Amino acid sequence: MRFGVVVFPGTWSDCDFHYVVSEVIRQPVKYVWHRERNLDDLDCVILPGGFSYGDYLRAGAVAGRSPVVEALPEFLARGGLVLGSCNGFQILCEAGLLPGVLMRNECLQYRCQSTHLIVDNVDTPFTRALRPGQVLQMPISHGEGKYHVDAETLRTMRQRNQIVFRYATAEGQVTKAANPNGSLDNIAGIVNEEGTVLGLMPHPERAAESAMGGTDGLLLFHSLLGSLVEDGTFSKR
Amino acid sequence: MKVRVLIRLKPGIMDVQGAAVQRALGGLGFADAHGLRVGKLIELDVDAATPAQARARADEMCRRLLANTILEDYAIDVESAERLAPSAEVR
Repeated sequence: MRFGVVVFPGTWSDCDFHYVVSEVIRQPVKYVWHRERNLDDLDCVILPGGFSYGDYLRAGAVAGRSPVVEALPEFLARGGLVLGSCNGFQILCEAGLLPGVLMRNECLQYRCQSTHLIVDNVDTPFTRALRPGQVLQMPISHGEGKYHVDAETLRTMRQRNQIVFRYATAEGQVTKAANPNGSLDNIAGIVNEEGTVLGLMPHPERAAESAMGGTDGLLLFHSLLGSLVEDGTFSKR
Repeated sequence: MKVRVLIRLKPGIMDVQGAAVQRALGGLGFADAHGLRVGKLIELDVDAATPAQARARADEMCRRLLANTILEDYAIDVESAERLAPSAEVR
Protein backbone atom coordinates (compact mmCIF):
# COMPACT_ATOMS: atom_id res chain seq x y z
CA MET A 1 0.00 0.00 0.00
CA ARG A 2 1.61 3.23 -1.17
CA PHE A 3 1.41 6.19 1.17
CA GLY A 4 2.08 9.85 0.51
CA VAL A 5 2.76 12.26 3.37
CA VAL A 6 1.95 15.83 2.37
CA VAL A 7 4.33 18.57 3.43
CA PHE A 8 3.18 22.19 3.61
CA PRO A 9 5.35 25.05 4.79
CA GLY A 10 4.85 24.73 8.56
CA THR A 11 3.90 21.04 8.71
CA TRP A 12 5.50 19.34 11.68
CA SER A 13 4.19 15.75 11.96
CA ASP A 14 5.34 14.70 8.47
CA CYS A 15 8.51 12.93 9.68
CA ASP A 16 6.54 11.09 12.39
CA PHE A 17 4.01 9.76 9.89
CA HIS A 18 6.77 8.88 7.43
CA TYR A 19 8.59 6.99 10.20
CA VAL A 20 5.52 4.99 11.26
CA VAL A 21 4.65 4.00 7.69
CA SER A 22 8.20 3.11 6.64
CA GLU A 23 9.62 1.66 9.88
CA VAL A 24 6.64 0.36 11.85
CA ILE A 25 4.14 -0.92 9.27
CA ARG A 26 6.87 -1.20 6.61
CA GLN A 27 4.99 0.13 3.62
CA PRO A 28 6.26 2.27 0.74
CA VAL A 29 5.95 5.97 1.53
CA LYS A 30 7.10 9.26 0.08
CA TYR A 31 6.82 12.93 0.93
CA VAL A 32 4.48 14.94 -1.29
CA TRP A 33 5.17 18.67 -1.59
CA HIS A 34 2.08 20.90 -1.35
CA ARG A 35 2.47 22.12 -4.94
CA GLU A 36 2.16 18.57 -6.31
CA ARG A 37 -1.01 17.72 -8.27
CA ASN A 38 -0.06 14.25 -9.43
CA LEU A 39 -1.09 11.60 -6.88
CA ASP A 40 -1.34 8.75 -9.37
CA ASP A 41 1.14 6.44 -7.66
CA LEU A 42 -0.50 6.62 -4.22
CA ASP A 43 -3.21 4.67 -2.41
CA CYS A 44 -3.43 6.75 0.76
CA VAL A 45 -2.62 10.42 1.23
CA ILE A 46 -1.84 11.64 4.75
CA LEU A 47 -2.25 15.29 5.76
CA PRO A 48 -0.15 15.60 8.94
CA GLY A 49 -0.35 18.05 11.81
CA GLY A 50 1.46 21.33 12.17
CA PHE A 51 0.80 24.96 11.34
CA SER A 52 0.53 25.01 7.56
CA TYR A 53 1.18 28.52 6.22
CA GLY A 54 1.41 29.65 9.84
CA ASP A 55 -2.34 29.01 10.19
CA TYR A 56 -2.73 32.55 8.80
CA LEU A 57 -6.34 33.72 8.36
CA ARG A 58 -7.75 30.52 9.94
CA ALA A 59 -6.21 27.14 10.81
CA GLY A 60 -5.89 25.20 7.55
CA ALA A 61 -7.49 27.94 5.43
CA VAL A 62 -4.62 28.61 3.03
CA ALA A 63 -3.51 24.96 2.84
CA GLY A 64 -7.11 24.00 2.09
CA ARG A 65 -6.77 25.81 -1.26
CA SER A 66 -3.33 24.44 -2.19
CA PRO A 67 -2.64 22.43 -5.39
CA VAL A 68 -2.27 19.09 -3.59
CA VAL A 69 -5.58 19.53 -1.75
CA GLU A 70 -7.30 20.59 -4.99
CA ALA A 71 -6.11 17.28 -6.46
CA LEU A 72 -7.74 15.23 -3.68
CA PRO A 73 -11.30 14.97 -5.11
CA GLU A 74 -9.94 13.32 -8.25
CA PHE A 75 -7.67 11.09 -6.13
CA LEU A 76 -10.70 10.01 -4.07
CA ALA A 77 -12.80 9.46 -7.18
CA ARG A 78 -10.35 6.86 -8.42
CA GLY A 79 -10.42 4.98 -5.12
CA GLY A 80 -7.82 6.69 -2.94
CA LEU A 81 -8.09 7.23 0.82
CA VAL A 82 -7.23 10.41 2.73
CA LEU A 83 -6.29 10.65 6.41
CA GLY A 84 -5.91 14.06 8.04
CA SER A 85 -4.71 14.42 11.61
CA CYS A 86 -4.72 17.64 13.65
CA ASN A 87 -3.89 20.43 11.17
CA GLY A 88 -4.72 17.89 8.45
CA PHE A 89 -8.27 17.62 9.86
CA GLN A 90 -8.54 21.42 9.88
CA ILE A 91 -7.36 21.53 6.25
CA LEU A 92 -9.90 18.89 5.15
CA CYS A 93 -12.72 20.89 6.76
CA GLU A 94 -11.52 24.14 5.22
CA ALA A 95 -11.34 22.43 1.82
CA GLY A 96 -14.91 21.21 2.18
CA LEU A 97 -13.86 17.55 1.99
CA LEU A 98 -15.28 17.07 5.48
CA PRO A 99 -18.26 18.90 7.01
CA GLY A 100 -17.87 21.47 9.78
CA VAL A 101 -14.98 23.52 11.07
CA LEU A 102 -12.46 23.50 13.93
CA MET A 103 -12.46 26.51 16.23
CA ARG A 104 -10.28 27.78 19.03
CA ASN A 105 -10.38 25.52 22.10
CA GLU A 106 -13.07 26.59 24.52
CA CYS A 107 -10.51 26.73 27.36
CA LEU A 108 -8.35 29.04 25.16
CA GLN A 109 -5.32 26.94 26.09
CA TYR A 110 -3.19 24.93 23.73
CA ARG A 111 -3.80 21.35 24.86
CA CYS A 112 -0.98 18.84 24.64
CA GLN A 113 -2.09 15.74 26.54
CA SER A 114 -3.20 12.16 26.32
CA THR A 115 -6.88 11.58 25.52
CA HIS A 116 -9.22 8.61 25.44
CA LEU A 117 -11.42 8.10 22.40
CA ILE A 118 -14.49 5.93 22.09
CA VAL A 119 -14.94 4.33 18.69
CA ASP A 120 -18.40 4.94 17.23
CA ASN A 121 -17.94 3.66 13.68
CA VAL A 122 -15.88 0.60 12.74
CA ASP A 123 -17.29 0.46 9.23
CA THR A 124 -14.59 2.51 7.54
CA PRO A 125 -11.24 1.52 5.98
CA PHE A 126 -9.56 3.42 8.84
CA THR A 127 -11.34 1.65 11.72
CA ARG A 128 -12.01 -1.83 10.39
CA ALA A 129 -9.64 -3.43 12.93
CA LEU A 130 -11.48 -1.85 15.87
CA ARG A 131 -14.52 -2.91 17.94
CA PRO A 132 -17.56 -0.67 18.39
CA GLY A 133 -17.27 1.00 21.78
CA GLN A 134 -13.55 0.25 22.02
CA VAL A 135 -11.58 2.91 23.91
CA LEU A 136 -8.31 4.08 22.39
CA GLN A 137 -5.63 6.25 23.94
CA MET A 138 -3.96 8.85 21.72
CA PRO A 139 -2.34 12.22 22.36
CA ILE A 140 -3.69 15.55 21.18
CA SER A 141 -1.66 18.69 20.59
CA HIS A 142 -3.65 21.67 19.37
CA GLY A 143 -5.07 25.09 20.11
CA GLU A 144 -7.96 24.91 17.65
CA GLY A 145 -9.71 21.59 17.91
CA LYS A 146 -13.23 22.50 18.96
CA TYR A 147 -15.38 20.89 16.31
CA HIS A 148 -18.42 22.85 15.20
CA VAL A 149 -21.12 22.13 12.65
CA ASP A 150 -24.71 23.32 12.25
CA ALA A 151 -27.45 21.23 13.91
CA GLU A 152 -28.94 19.96 10.68
CA THR A 153 -25.61 18.73 9.29
CA LEU A 154 -24.88 17.07 12.64
CA ARG A 155 -28.18 15.19 12.40
CA THR A 156 -27.32 14.00 8.90
CA MET A 157 -23.83 13.00 10.02
CA ARG A 158 -25.29 10.92 12.84
CA GLN A 159 -27.73 9.23 10.46
CA ARG A 160 -24.88 8.38 8.11
CA ASN A 161 -22.66 7.22 10.96
CA GLN A 162 -19.98 9.79 10.06
CA ILE A 163 -18.85 10.40 13.64
CA VAL A 164 -15.98 7.99 14.22
CA PHE A 165 -14.19 9.03 17.43
CA ARG A 166 -15.42 10.93 20.49
CA TYR A 167 -13.47 12.08 23.53
CA ALA A 168 -14.34 9.90 26.50
CA THR A 169 -13.09 8.71 29.87
CA ALA A 170 -10.81 5.67 30.12
CA GLU A 171 -13.99 3.67 30.77
CA GLY A 172 -15.63 4.95 27.58
CA GLN A 173 -18.02 7.45 29.18
CA VAL A 174 -18.60 10.51 26.97
CA THR A 175 -18.49 13.31 29.54
CA LYS A 176 -17.87 17.04 29.54
CA ALA A 177 -14.80 16.54 31.72
CA ALA A 178 -13.31 14.17 29.11
CA ASN A 179 -13.71 16.80 26.39
CA PRO A 180 -10.38 18.66 26.15
CA ASN A 181 -11.43 21.45 23.79
CA GLY A 182 -15.18 21.99 24.02
CA SER A 183 -15.84 20.05 20.84
CA LEU A 184 -19.50 19.67 19.84
CA ASP A 185 -20.82 16.28 21.03
CA ASN A 186 -17.21 15.46 22.15
CA ILE A 187 -16.36 14.87 18.47
CA ALA A 188 -12.68 13.99 17.90
CA GLY A 189 -12.83 12.41 14.43
CA ILE A 190 -15.24 12.11 11.50
CA VAL A 191 -15.42 10.63 8.01
CA ASN A 192 -17.02 11.91 4.82
CA GLU A 193 -20.23 10.35 3.54
CA GLU A 194 -18.34 7.68 1.57
CA GLY A 195 -16.04 6.82 4.49
CA THR A 196 -12.95 7.47 2.39
CA VAL A 197 -11.74 10.63 4.16
CA LEU A 198 -10.96 10.53 7.88
CA GLY A 199 -10.16 13.64 9.88
CA LEU A 200 -9.23 13.48 13.56
CA MET A 201 -7.60 15.89 15.99
CA PRO A 202 -5.61 13.22 17.91
CA HIS A 203 -2.25 11.98 16.63
CA PRO A 204 -2.25 8.25 15.74
CA GLU A 205 1.37 8.55 14.59
CA ARG A 206 2.39 9.51 18.13
CA ALA A 207 0.90 6.30 19.54
CA ALA A 208 2.44 3.72 17.25
CA GLU A 209 5.21 2.08 19.27
CA SER A 210 5.43 1.07 22.92
CA ALA A 211 8.37 3.47 23.29
CA MET A 212 5.92 6.30 22.49
CA GLY A 213 3.78 5.27 25.46
CA GLY A 214 1.11 3.43 23.49
CA THR A 215 0.29 1.67 20.25
CA ASP A 216 -3.43 2.36 19.80
CA GLY A 217 -2.74 4.68 16.87
CA LEU A 218 -1.25 1.76 15.00
CA LEU A 219 -4.71 0.16 14.86
CA LEU A 220 -5.71 2.78 12.29
CA PHE A 221 -2.81 1.77 10.07
CA HIS A 222 -3.62 -1.94 10.54
CA SER A 223 -7.21 -1.17 9.56
CA LEU A 224 -5.99 0.48 6.37
CA LEU A 225 -3.83 -2.50 5.45
CA GLY A 226 -6.69 -4.85 6.30
CA SER A 227 -8.98 -2.94 3.94
CA LEU A 228 -6.93 -3.79 0.89
CA VAL A 229 -8.56 -6.39 -1.33
CA GLU A 230 -7.06 -8.61 -3.98
CA ASP A 231 -7.19 -6.23 -6.90
CA GLY A 232 -5.32 -3.60 -4.88
CA THR A 233 -8.41 -1.45 -4.24
CA PHE A 234 -9.99 -0.87 -0.85
CA SER A 235 -12.93 -2.65 0.59
CA LYS A 236 -15.43 0.15 1.16
CA ARG A 237 -18.06 0.05 3.83
CA MET B 1 -10.26 50.26 -5.77
CA LYS B 2 -9.85 50.12 -1.98
CA VAL B 3 -11.91 47.41 -0.38
CA ARG B 4 -12.43 46.62 3.27
CA VAL B 5 -13.83 43.32 4.41
CA LEU B 6 -15.14 43.02 7.94
CA ILE B 7 -15.37 39.44 9.15
CA ARG B 8 -17.34 38.59 12.26
CA LEU B 9 -18.34 35.40 14.04
CA LYS B 10 -22.01 34.70 13.38
CA PRO B 11 -24.43 35.60 16.15
CA GLY B 12 -24.83 32.64 18.47
CA ILE B 13 -21.31 31.30 17.88
CA MET B 14 -19.49 31.47 21.18
CA ASP B 15 -16.49 33.80 20.98
CA VAL B 16 -14.11 32.55 23.66
CA GLN B 17 -11.45 35.04 22.58
CA GLY B 18 -13.89 37.94 22.93
CA ALA B 19 -14.98 36.70 26.35
CA ALA B 20 -11.34 36.59 27.50
CA VAL B 21 -10.66 40.12 26.24
CA GLN B 22 -13.79 41.37 27.97
CA ARG B 23 -12.68 39.74 31.23
CA ALA B 24 -9.31 41.48 30.86
CA LEU B 25 -11.07 44.82 30.38
CA GLY B 26 -13.10 44.08 33.51
CA GLY B 27 -9.83 43.49 35.35
CA LEU B 28 -8.69 46.96 34.29
CA GLY B 29 -11.81 48.48 35.79
CA PHE B 30 -13.91 48.64 32.62
CA ALA B 31 -16.90 46.98 34.20
CA ASP B 32 -19.07 48.88 31.70
CA ALA B 33 -17.80 46.79 28.73
CA HIS B 34 -20.23 44.10 27.57
CA GLY B 35 -20.86 41.84 24.61
CA LEU B 36 -17.28 42.07 23.32
CA ARG B 37 -16.59 40.05 20.16
CA VAL B 38 -13.37 39.88 18.17
CA GLY B 39 -13.43 39.93 14.36
CA LYS B 40 -11.07 40.61 11.49
CA LEU B 41 -10.58 43.56 9.18
CA ILE B 42 -9.02 42.83 5.80
CA GLU B 43 -7.98 45.70 3.54
CA LEU B 44 -7.03 45.22 -0.08
CA ASP B 45 -6.88 46.89 -3.47
CA VAL B 46 -8.98 45.34 -6.22
CA ASP B 47 -8.45 46.10 -9.90
CA ALA B 48 -11.95 47.00 -11.01
CA ALA B 49 -13.67 49.59 -13.21
CA THR B 50 -16.60 50.22 -10.91
CA PRO B 51 -17.32 49.88 -7.19
CA ALA B 52 -19.97 47.26 -8.02
CA GLN B 53 -17.39 45.19 -9.86
CA ALA B 54 -14.94 45.47 -6.95
CA ARG B 55 -17.67 44.42 -4.55
CA ALA B 56 -18.56 41.39 -6.65
CA ARG B 57 -14.94 40.26 -6.79
CA ALA B 58 -14.49 40.77 -3.03
CA ASP B 59 -17.66 38.79 -2.42
CA GLU B 60 -16.22 35.88 -4.38
CA MET B 61 -12.93 36.16 -2.44
CA CYS B 62 -14.87 35.99 0.83
CA ARG B 63 -16.82 32.94 -0.21
CA ARG B 64 -13.77 31.10 -1.49
CA LEU B 65 -11.15 31.98 1.12
CA LEU B 66 -11.43 35.06 3.31
CA ALA B 67 -14.39 33.93 5.41
CA ASN B 68 -15.53 30.52 6.59
CA THR B 69 -19.27 30.92 6.19
CA ILE B 70 -20.00 28.05 8.58
CA LEU B 71 -18.80 30.33 11.36
CA GLU B 72 -18.41 33.81 9.99
CA ASP B 73 -20.42 36.60 8.38
CA TYR B 74 -18.72 39.19 6.26
CA ALA B 75 -19.44 42.76 5.18
CA ILE B 76 -17.77 44.45 2.22
CA ASP B 77 -17.07 48.14 2.04
CA VAL B 78 -15.81 49.68 -1.22
CA GLU B 79 -14.45 53.16 -0.76
CA SER B 80 -12.74 55.77 -2.85
CA ALA B 81 -9.04 56.38 -2.17
CA GLU B 82 -9.70 59.86 -0.75
CA ARG B 83 -12.14 58.66 1.88
CA LEU B 84 -9.75 55.97 3.12
CA ALA B 85 -6.65 58.18 3.19
CA PRO B 86 -5.71 59.42 6.65
CA SER B 87 -6.92 62.96 7.13
CA ALA B 88 -4.16 65.59 7.18
CA GLU B 89 -5.77 67.12 10.25
CA VAL B 90 -5.39 63.95 12.29
CA ARG B 91 -2.14 63.77 14.20
